[in-house]
This record gives sequence, C-alpha cells and structure tokens, in this order.
Amino acid sequence: MDLKTLTYLVVGASFALYIGIAIWSRAKSTGDFYVAGKSVSPLANGMATAADWMSAASFISMAGLIAFLGYDGSVYLMGWTGGYVLLALFLAPYLRKFGKFTVPEFIAERYYSKTARVVAVICLIFVSFTYVAGQMRGVGIVFSRFLEVEVTVGLMIGMGIVFIYAVLGGMKGITYTQVAQYCVLIFAYTVPAIFIAIQITGNAIPQMAFGSEITNEGVGLLDKLDDIVTSLGFTQFTSGDKSTIDVFCITLALMVGTAGLPHVIVRFFTVPKVRDARTSAGFALLFIALLYTTAPAVGAMARYNLMNTIQSGEVGAADGNLVYEQRPEWMRTWENTGLVVFDDKNGDGRIQYYNDANPAFQATAISYGWQGNELSVDRDIMVLANPEIARLPNWVIALVAAGGIAAALSTAAGLLLVISAAISHDIIKGILAPAISEKNELRAGRIAAAIAILIAGYLGFDPPGWVAQVVAFAFGLAAASLFPAILMGIFYKRMNKEGAIAGMVTGLLFTYGYIEFFKGLFLKWAGAPWGENVAENWLFGISPEGIGVIGMLLNFAVAIAVSRVTSPPPQHVQQLVEDIRVPRAM
Amino acid sequence: MTAENRRAYWRANLRLVFACLLVWFTCSYGFGILLVDQLNSIRMGGFKLGFWFAQQGSIYIFVALIFFYAWRMNKIDRQFDVDED
Repeated sequence: MDLKTLTYLVVGASFALYIGIAIWSRAKSTGDFYVAGKSVSPLANGMATAADWMSAASFISMAGLIAFLGYDGSVYLMGWTGGYVLLALFLAPYLRKFGKFTVPEFIAERYYSKTARVVAVICLIFVSFTYVAGQMRGVGIVFSRFLEVEVTVGLMIGMGIVFIYAVLGGMKGITYTQVAQYCVLIFAYTVPAIFIAIQITGNAIPQMAFGSEITNEGVGLLDKLDDIVTSLGFTQFTSGDKSTIDVFCITLALMVGTAGLPHVIVRFFTVPKVRDARTSAGFALLFIALLYTTAPAVGAMARYNLMNTIQSGEVGAADGNLVYEQRPEWMRTWENTGLVVFDDKNGDGRIQYYNDANPAFQATAISYGWQGNELSVDRDIMVLANPEIARLPNWVIALVAAGGIAAALSTAAGLLLVISAAISHDIIKGILAPAISEKNELRAGRIAAAIAILIAGYLGFDPPGWVAQVVAFAFGLAAASLFPAILMGIFYKRMNKEGAIAGMVTGLLFTYGYIEFFKGLFLKWAGAPWGENVAENWLFGISPEGIGVIGMLLNFAVAIAVSRVTSPPPQHVQQLVEDIRVPRAM
Repeated sequence: MTAENRRAYWRANLRLVFACLLVWFTCSYGFGILLVDQLNSIRMGGFKLGFWFAQQGSIYIFVALIFFYAWRMNKIDRQFDVDED
C-alpha cells in the first residue's frame, strides 16, 4: 500500500475515533459543557491536560527548534514543563476549591467587579487567539505534506473536525477525545524516536541514546555533533548563542505563562476534589515529560542525521558533500512543499550546508570553494521528515501525520472552548443577560465556539513566524496579564479591584506593545513591526519572547502600588479568600 | 476551625511551597542556566552535566516535585483536619 493511502487510512481512523467519542460524550448541561460535570478522574485529566497543552508547537516544531538551536532550545523544554510546578503550587488547588466554570469568573468574584471580568475576558481572548493561530498553521503543514492537499483545504478539514466535537461535546467531549489524542500523539512521537535511537546508538531509549556513543564510531552522539557543526561554522550544539539574561527571561516567561493559560487552568476545574487537582497536575506533567524528555534526543539525532547525509565525506574535500542528483527521496518530497530549498551557488552540483552568517568561518568556506550556504531547511519539518530521513516504514510516517494532527486539534479544541465559555458564560450570562436560561446559555456557548473556529481558521492562514514562536507570544501575554491577578487573588488578601485591573491592563499593554513593535502580530496591515528585532534595540537585552517577565513585574508593581492607595476589598471577598485557602467546605 | 488554626495551616502550606520553589529554581535556573558553563566541565556519561540539567534533569525533578508536594500537602490537610473526607 502506498504512503498516501496508508496516511488517509490512519488519519481517517483517528478522526472516526474522535467523532465517535464526541457523540458518546455529548454535553447535556452547562456544567458538562464548561467543566465536564467535575467528574474527570485525576489520571484522565492528567492525560487530557497533556494533550490539551502539547500543541502543534510541541509536537511538530519543538524538536526541530532544538535540532537547530541546540542548548538554546532548553528554554522551551524547561519553560513548558516548569510552569506545571507553579500551577500545582499556586493555582490549581485553590481555583478548584473556588469551584466555578471559568477564569474570568474567578477574577470577577475575587475582585467584585464586572470591569475586572471584562478585562480578564479580553486578556483571555487575546492569549487564546494568538495561540490558536499557531495550531491552525500546524494543521495546515501536516495536511499539505501528508495528504497532499492545499493548506487552505487542510485548514478547512481541521476546522470541521474540531467543530464537530467541540461544539457537540463541550468540555466533556473535548476531555475524552483529548485522552484518545494523547495516546495517539505520544505513540506517534516515541515510536520513530525509538527506531532512530536504535539505528544511531543501539540504545532503544531515546533519553539514554541522547548521551550514548554512535554505533561503530566509539564517540558520543553529542560530542560528534558538536564536532560536525563547529567544523561547518555553526555554534556548538551543547552551548548557545543567546545571552544568559535572555535565556533566563524566556524560560521564566514560558513557565509563568503556562501557569497563566486559561485553557490549561480550566482543566483543573474538571476534577472532583482539591486533592485531585494537585495529583492531576503531577500526572499531567508526567505525561508531558514523556514527550519533552524525548524531544531533545529527537532534535539531536535529527540534526546528526541531516548533517551526516549532506556532509557525507570530509569537510572541505572536493567529494565531501552530497551530490544533488543523488539526494535521498525525503529531500525530493519536501522540496515539493517548498520547505526544503536547494540553490547551487558554486555550481558544483553538490550540496554545501554551512553557516554563511558566521564571519569567522568566511575565509575557510572560500578556501573550500564554497560560495554561500546552498540548502535551507524549514525547522518545522524536522519531526515530520525524521521517519523518512531514517528510512522507517510507511506506517510510521502515517502515524506521525496522525500524531501531529492530534496534537494540533486537541490544543485548538481546548482553546476554542475557553474562548466560547468566556463569551457565553462571562459576557452573556455574567454581564449582558444574567437571566438567560441554561438551555439558551448552552446554545450561546455552541454558537460562540463555532464563530471562534472560523476566526481561528482565518488567523491560521497568515500567522507570524514559526509555530513555536507564535505560541511563545501567547505565553508572554498570559504571564503578564492573568497569572499575577490570579496569584494575588489567592495569596494577597489585601489586593483589591483597582489594583488588579490596573495591573492586568499595564501588563497586557506593555507586553503586547513590545511584541507588536518588534515582531508584528495583529497590526501587520498598519506597517508593524516598526522596530528592527535585534539585540541592540531590546530593553535590557530581552527579546520579545522573554518580555512577558518584565510585563509580569510591571503588573505586580502597578497592582500593589494602586491597591495600597485605594480601599481594601470588602469583608465578603476577604472571607472568600479564606475559604479557597482550605480544601474542606467550612 | 479557629482563626489561629487557620493561620497555622496557611503557614505550614507556605513553608512547603517555599521549599518546593527553592528546588524548582535551583535545578532549572541554577543548574540549567546560571551555572551551566561551570557544570558543563563535569561529564555524566555522554552528557555535559549543565546541558543535561537544562534538557533532561530539570524536567524529571519537576515531575517528582509535584508528586512530593501533593503527598505532603495531603498530609498537612489531614493534620489540620481540613481534608475533604
């Protein structure tokens, strides 16, 4: 059976599974629609959280980023796992005790203010749409490569599937599809990793292979990789280019952002008890760690495979580089998508792949007769192309396609649900029409979800930057807006509505403005970005990816200062804080 | 539950949270970022130690840390008689 048929079969089977689950777990009440009836076991919630949160960025882009960034890629590894510690320690158990449906709802009651609720909804929508744009692009990439359809058509199909189970099943449908999607994606991720680990090092566990010796070479994978890349003018794999302060800030922004993402927080509203919220955070991170500790191994092995294929002989020797006409099959297929591009600058018919942006390597390259780097490889394809590069059987490639789609769809569904809940529960029920019946609220939620899907699809056509980078911005925004407001709501009884609102607005505007200024996000039509995105221009040397940390500090500072000069929160709010701090209902 | 008991419970909670945060910070920001160059001079198998903490070790420690926190916190809940049973 050829690859295309096989991929259609595997991806089609996974879609049938998701839709089947959605029909089986239809939402019958708003409680089902928003928080799955608060009846999800901690283990299932852990899996659902892992799928919800491991996005197209984690599945498709992250190992590719690490393959090219080496040590600098650690910011994503630590940043996207360490946040769960903050979530378990600071937010999840208390918000579960609060026991309502949405994050803005907590903000509204804790800060006794409809304005605070609206500000929280704006932050949430901002964060979630930035994030969902990245997912849609991920879906488009997978479809265009594996099903050989236009990216546009791929997006439509993806939107259609999410539409069916998010609109029909709400949180309940999403939760159980996410459990299935986790199984698909983790299987799809680890199987090729294990095969490649065995091929390169003979050790079947990727986490171990990462630090093992290459078969028959007697030299460690990482040492060999450091050697090859430095001999071609790249930075050593095990060390980085980014400044320490930037690495520090990006990691912190990602961690705090993870803990402040509404679609992650809301998952902890679905378990029966406070105790379950704590354990569930542990399970979630355990399931996430399975992929996250595999990813750097995949990245290193993919980079090694790529370098080894192209630099087939000695560096600088006349016959040291791969002859273009003899390029492997995977390179041909990916050239069709435009994500791999070859340009024979010195006309020798061979592929030279090296770092021509490194001035120190210039003279060496010229002495080899090289006239510039001739190959560009899109980072996003590394995981998807990996099974082909390692010449794994077709069913593995089909599986990876299904896994990539599962990762993107599960996250998109989670995001779309919090957006629709914010509209139907916070805006319509909370502010515009408090008397709305449950049946109508449920209908409003479904309509909001449908509209959100359409907007997300539209954003997916032209998202800024790579998938992982787009997503990184959502984290910065969440870190600077929602996280401080929730944290102070629980741990700082004196925080009042004036402080919280001022803090959220400051954090959001500052972070958004900085990102828009250097990267361009929603205002591309107005000429954004306006500033050149280089280290010399950055505030304190912090890149737009890490600026959420400064936004967060500003949020805390403004909130505390404003709350000090305004009146303390009323007695019933202080009582609310006392109540959410203890697990038992008193 | 007396106000004093409530305060004691919250203090016990904060102590535990602080201890966990210290570990969280040390293994990621400490070993993985600030001290990475120093630790990289130490080898652990095929890994440079600082690099290993940044890409593997810190994640394992995070997982263990959350389960430890959940276990201790459940114990503190029972001790102060504020658990959910």
